[in-house]
Amino acid sequence: MYIKEPYFTKVFKPFIFVLALVPVFILAWSFYSKNLGANPLEAMTHQTGDWALRFLLISLLVSPLKRLLGWNQLTRCRRILGLYAFFYASLHFITYLWLDQFFVWEDILHDIVNRPFITVGMLAYLLLIPLAITSAKFMIRLLKKKWIQLHKLAYVLPILGIVHYWWLVKSNIYEPVLYAVILLIIFIARFICTLKKNTIGQTCE
Amino acid sequence: MKITKTNYALKESEVTEESLYLDRRQFIKKLGYGTVLLGTSIITPSLAKKSTKSLKEELTDYKSITQYNNFYEFGTNKLAPYENAHTLKTTPWNIIVEGECEKPGNYSLEKILKGMTIEERIYRFRCVEGWSMVIPWNGFSLASLLKRFQPTSKAKYVYFETLHDPENMPNQQQDHLEWPYIEGLRIDEAMNPLTLLATGLYGKDLPNQNGAPLRLVVPWKYGFKSIKSIAKIRFLETQLESSWQKANKVEYGFYSNVNPNVNHPRWSQSRERRIGKYRKRKTLMFNGYAEEVAHLYKGMDLKQNY
Ligand code: HEM
Repeated sequence: MYIKEPYFTKVFKPFIFVLALVPVFILAWSFYSKNLGANPLEAMTHQTGDWALRFLLISLLVSPLKRLLGWNQLTRCRRILGLYAFFYASLHFITYLWLDQFFVWEDILHDIVNRPFITVGMLAYLLLIPLAITSAKFMIRLLKKKWIQLHKLAYVLPILGIVHYWWLVKSNIYEPVLYAVILLIIFIARFICTLKKNTIGQTCE
Repeated sequence: MKITKTNYALKESEVTEESLYLDRRQFIKKLGYGTVLLGTSIITPSLAKKSTKSLKEELTDYKSITQYNNFYEFGTNKLAPYENAHTLKTTPWNIIVEGECEKPGNYSLEKILKGMTIEERIYRFRCVEGWSMVIPWNGFSLASLLKRFQPTSKAKYVYFETLHDPENMPNQQQDHLEWPYIEGLRIDEAMNPLTLLATGLYGKDLPNQNGAPLRLVVPWKYGFKSIKSIAKIRFLETQLESSWQKANKVEYGFYSNVNPNVNHPRWSQSRERRIGKYRKRKTLMFNGYAEEVAHLYKGMDLKQNY
């Protein structure tokens, strides 16, 4: 598949950019119009967390999708999708710090240390920060091999995100399992690719 | 049926100011009170009294109480019970009573309600997930019912079971918890005057999602102890495992008293968010009912017996 230039750069990429903002607008609108149910702050924590995890997975789906469709341009969307994962994770974290805890640092620290699901979430967010910082193009040139190694973390983050989710649900693990299955498919696709790579020399990143 | 107004623990005065209460009376009028169930009006709101004392805690609104529920028989998200519980069949309704008592049997709801005085009781309701409400229940004390069955000296515990009806409670086909839902109390906890069997809220019959037609309300314990849609009562000499204990022994103990000092691996129990308010407030020992119930646990290590 191929979209002609400049349409890819001028239309498709901005479209992705705007599409990825839809969830935050829906969330803001629902909050404003009091449509988030009886516990709106909880709904905000949940929705921003959901989208952080989804964008982590979506950004990893770019490569297998590219190979599946033979659509090399798609790689150029990966950076922005990864940044959106960071964007939603940041909203999620801020929602937690501000609207959930109202910056009561003592309780926040207690949470991070004593609640395994929060410990894992915190770790995921901390690891996401260097990826966001080094996402700029000149960083790739600057860090070279190190950049590739660093950005392998992108495969670790959704694991942490899923564990975080798994540990916080009370009894219905349907959704974390669903995300885990998607991640498994991504890993399998990558594994198959690395097997092939040895024979035809294609890259899998 | 006699109607009186008693406000254990959460004195009306603590809970609601006059204007609010008046609003509520109008609200109830709008809803049309005296709803008829099984030919008997099981709840009639008490509209006579007004409170003039100062406000401390205001009532949670009806919509939140009825659209933000945990009732896993109808789905695990908070809105699911409101959307799905209409399939619950509450007529006819029978309650099986068995175990260590003189009068076991299969009792119809009419028989159970006969002669009961429905009171309004405004209680705090604290969920283990860290949120809370203030709910004006209608009902009668559990003790007044249990006494009728004449528990024997062997009856050390009372256990309750929710209806098991996978056809009408769709989520019982899923194994999120072990069905039927089961919960229990020590007999002295059950006999405490605070412990309520609710038939309604806000002067209206209990909506299905809130546990129609009859549910337990134990205001000093986390919400999951307050079992809904009760179909069985058993007097036992020994403890059983409740549904949540079976699901996760480390997190859910037999007592599950509201206790800000006992940490829970998922949610801090030291504070809570009152539904409708944003900032959290400090959680009170025994949910603020220490005066009425602390004596039940004298000498017990509440960190061990969580
Ligand atoms: C990349 C990092 C993170 C990801 C991908 C993530 C993802 C998620 C997801 C998917 C949920 C469940 C949403 C739902 O139930 O629908 C969630 C809930 C939550 N997360 Fe995160 N999270 C991250 C970081 C954090 C951090 C840093 C904190 C706090 C320090 C945090 C605190 C919470 C809390 C408090 C909840 C709600 C728990 C509850 O309702 O019981 N998360 N997160």
